[in-house]
Amino acid sequence: MSDARQDVRKTYKLLINGAFPRSESGRSYEVLSSKGEFLANVAQGSRKDLRDAVTAARAAQPKWWGATAYNRGQVIYRLAEMAESRRAELAEHVGLAEGLKDAAAKSCVSRSIDRIVWYAGWADKITQVLGGANPVAGPFFNFSLPTPSGVVAVVAPQESSLEGFVDTVLAPIVVGNTVLAIPSEIRPTPAVLLGEMSATSDFPAGLLNIITGYTGELTPTLATHEDIDGIDLEGVSNDEAIELSALAAGSIKRVLRPDEHRGDAASLRRLRAFVETSTVWHTVGQ
Amino acid sequence: MTDKSLESSTLGSLQYDPAPELAAIARLRPSYGLFIDGRFTDPSTHEQFASLNPATEETLAMVSSANAADVDRAVAAARKAYDTVWSKTTGAERAKYLFRIARLILERSRELAVVETLDNGKPIRESRDIDIPLAAAHFFYYAGWADKLDHAGFGVSPQPIGVAGQIIPWNFPLLMAAWKLAPALAAGNTCVLKPAETTPLTALVLAEILQQAELPDGVVNILTGDGVAGAALVDHPGVNKIAFTGSTEVGRLIQQRTAASNKRLTLELGGKGANIVFDDAPIDEMIEGIIDGIFFNQGHVCCAGSRLLVQESVADEVLRRLVRRVEQLRVGDPMDKNTDVGAINSAAQLARIKELTDYGMSEGATRYTSSCVLPDKGYWFAPTVFADVTQSHRIAREEIFGPVLSVLTFRTPEEAVAKANNTNYGLACGVWSEKGSRTLWVAQRLRAGVIWANTYNRFDPSSPFGGMRESGFGREGGRHGLEAYLNV
Amino acid sequence: MSTAPLRLVTPEDRGVIISDSNQLARIESEAQLSAILIALSGVDAVGAEARVAKLATRSIKKSTKSAALNLAISMVDLTTLEGADTFGRVTSLCTKAMRPDANDDSVPPVAAVCVYPDLVGHARSVLGDSPVKVAAVATAFPSGRASMRVKLLDVADAVDAGADEIDMVIDRGAFLSGRLGQVFDEIVAVKEACGSAHLKVILETGELVTYDNVRRASWLAMLGGADFIKTSTGKLPVAATTPVALVMLEAVRDFAESSGRLVGVKVAGGIRTAKDAIRYLVIVNETAGSTWLTPDLFRFGASSLLNDLLRQRLKQQRGAYVRSDEFSGD
Repeated sequence: MSDARQDVRKTYKLLINGAFPRSESGRSYEVLSSKGEFLANVAQGSRKDLRDAVTAARAAQPKWWGATAYNRGQVIYRLAEMAESRRAELAEHVGLAEGLKDAAAKSCVSRSIDRIVWYAGWADKITQVLGGANPVAGPFFNFSLPTPSGVVAVVAPQESSLEGFVDTVLAPIVVGNTVLAIPSEIRPTPAVLLGEMSATSDFPAGLLNIITGYTGELTPTLATHEDIDGIDLEGVSNDEAIELSALAAGSIKRVLRPDEHRGDAASLRRLRAFVETSTVWHTVGQ
Repeated sequence: MTDKSLESSTLGSLQYDPAPELAAIARLRPSYGLFIDGRFTDPSTHEQFASLNPATEETLAMVSSANAADVDRAVAAARKAYDTVWSKTTGAERAKYLFRIARLILERSRELAVVETLDNGKPIRESRDIDIPLAAAHFFYYAGWADKLDHAGFGVSPQPIGVAGQIIPWNFPLLMAAWKLAPALAAGNTCVLKPAETTPLTALVLAEILQQAELPDGVVNILTGDGVAGAALVDHPGVNKIAFTGSTEVGRLIQQRTAASNKRLTLELGGKGANIVFDDAPIDEMIEGIIDGIFFNQGHVCCAGSRLLVQESVADEVLRRLVRRVEQLRVGDPMDKNTDVGAINSAAQLARIKELTDYGMSEGATRYTSSCVLPDKGYWFAPTVFADVTQSHRIAREEIFGPVLSVLTFRTPEEAVAKANNTNYGLACGVWSEKGSRTLWVAQRLRAGVIWANTYNRFDPSSPFGGMRESGFGREGGRHGLEAYLNV
Repeated sequence: MSTAPLRLVTPEDRGVIISDSNQLARIESEAQLSAILIALSGVDAVGAEARVAKLATRSIKKSTKSAALNLAISMVDLTTLEGADTFGRVTSLCTKAMRPDANDDSVPPVAAVCVYPDLVGHARSVLGDSPVKVAAVATAFPSGRASMRVKLLDVADAVDAGADEIDMVIDRGAFLSGRLGQVFDEIVAVKEACGSAHLKVILETGELVTYDNVRRASWLAMLGGADFIKTSTGKLPVAATTPVALVMLEAVRDFAESSGRLVGVKVAGGIRTAKDAIRYLVIVNETAGSTWLTPDLFRFGASSLLNDLLRQRLKQQRGAYVRSDEFSGD
């Protein structure tokens, strides 16, 4: 008999349409720490889970884009607040997943949260930066606005479990897309945690959907799904990217190929990758 | 539908005598080589094909058929020009070449308009007043960007991509060449341009203009030919970027084929644009806009307003006026200055239009066809309106790319938006209303790259053009158009 | 699979079809009048101007041009509206009106001479039994700023002196300040005072400024009983323009369709060249239709236009340009 308390362990589930289901397939897979120790059984998402996530993302998109830019910025900023209050937990998971020492893990979390704040600020700036009025030669008012591509699939980086996830997922979100994301296959738990935080930080259901599982199994479905408008292939190898890009051509998807660059310039490229320029002409007369 | 819908007053009966433009102005040569490294050269196979006048089926000139070896030569010339000359030419100097080209196009505008109309079948009024002036304006606009790229919003000193392979369609031959070449050259790229098989001639006149402008050899190479040349260009490892305008079907193939090489790609593909008419639309201008939207350039326009979505409460009135106006269109000799609708560009395109319109009839839509008398020779299709069309009809979903309008109805703004967006395409839409707030409400919700409010089919070099979804990606025109040719 | 009916538009479908079952309601109150005018479709200025610009590119050559020049001559209201007008001036104007080219009697007479009321009697006597009509500007032309009593007397004077046509001005001030009933009542009263004389209602579109106003004023005048609607007095810097004519022609076309009554259009002021005139005829042809291509339904209010029409006509015949003194300066 022992009075040592056993901790209550968590089941790592998917995030689809604001809910946390297990995979409809009932499958899960073992995730190990960087030292090879058992960390968790994580839901192994299936084609049908992806399908449900696309449906949810599609339904949520007009409302997310219909919110004011100011409001979208607030929602994303709220995620940073939630993450800040759970920094220790995130750091522990990043440390376990990436094999980082405590200080390094904390610093990674800090950078990730700062990145969320950086993105939050873009929500009501991007329109002015990418859009504008066009001086056409005629009696018309003509302006161009960046508008979201729609539903974007993100294959998040495999190595950078949290920072890379934040970078790839928030870029399409802040410009008005809804997202389904496949986190790092081997290091998914920080992303799952962030997903849980998003659900308590005013993210509307369906805005961010997270499907953990085997990247190689899930990506062909993403590339061929016709109701996905764009795909970020950051988390696949170059060879896989070639194959997936060819598949994505079936529905003329916007494809962002893997790019080792990081930092503001790379993120700006991401912000531009999944916006469409919509140009409106209106006559000007008495 | 009662016969009342066909009521019309006697329009257009001041019979206009023929007013033909002079074909001799074209100064066409009997045959043309491939424009590689600043010179017209024979194709490696010595194969040539005829470019026809679609209005008469007569041969206008023989042009050369490029094959893979010719593409190789052209890409090598473009690469050499990029490495040795163009990448070392300052923006300010590049600008002067582009300004010069713009001026030369204007100087030879009447000749270019005649060549365009002979080769394409479009009315001379359109090539004279729209295609050629806009092509010149495009060069003029991008000329000014060449030395201001630092200020284009892509960071300091953005770099060109390299050699651009550009494949253009037959509907606006010279204008599409200008849309492709001007931003590419301004950004510092060199080009291999392939005009469409059925409309190569203005690009060849443009080649002469490039010689007159003394553009350095190899900076622009122009290869006439068919899909073989296009495919070779798409697959060529020496090409860094492909820009394509054409069908969604071919665009899809190009996206697949460029996946392995990671070439930069922009696609400007098909469309099924909706022209949305509310009950408070300015009715006379709206009717003109619908006509312009679908019968401009025989409907051979990717952004054509080929679906008319009209509010049910005014549908009968709009249809009545529309049919009356269609009957008034002057169809015939493209060289006649009073022609409104010219010839269909090719036998193949005519066959496709007929196939789809036959489908429309068998699906139960009501057809109104102009009673205009069509010439015996050449490829012709009388302006046609289908009423009683529903969303599921093929003629409401597929791009016909001809002078055929499908009329559907809606009851509320939400329904109008839902129907307009219920397509895989996303290129262009029109909105007609005197109520500004609703127009903007609709515009915000339309998934289309271009939205025309109380107008249609307007183009300007400063205005970004391009599609969403299966209408492609990337923009041509404006500051946005530079992104397609910069390594950013 | 059912085969849908194929309905070709046939030439027979193109005749003017006037429904007599759809007469416009009698105007009984200002509210009713306002409701009708407000319900008219707006005009998009850019679209209207683009339309006439496109029509201006029509190339009218050879026999079409000859026919158009003759037609235009027959549509001229040869006008003199100067404080310095005299009997002598009117005499020469009338002579020219009856026989525009002294050397060529195949040239048709113009439609009318247009003078101030006090010169109607003299014009009438010079014209005799020629087909040329006498039109008089009345109702305190050009400003219209007089009492109703004075305006009606002005009309009555002209009619009594033998005017076939009365060109009245609307009260633009009343129109712009929304007193539509007043404008309407004046037109109705003047129409009554005209008796059998035809009434042309001058909208003075240069003062109405917007095309929406032009459309509403056109309908107001037609509802009030105008036989013609006319653009301008010719006394303002902004007179007839092609987009204004377009809007008025759309109005007479639509009015005919809903009421069964054909109303004419007169463009006046600033039309000086044959080229201008032919542009207007093209707009008539392609907007209201050939029904309106007659002096009964379309007029040019002009003075110097006639000589240019004659000059171009002669050029067509001779194949060479004609010297400027070829025709009398009247």
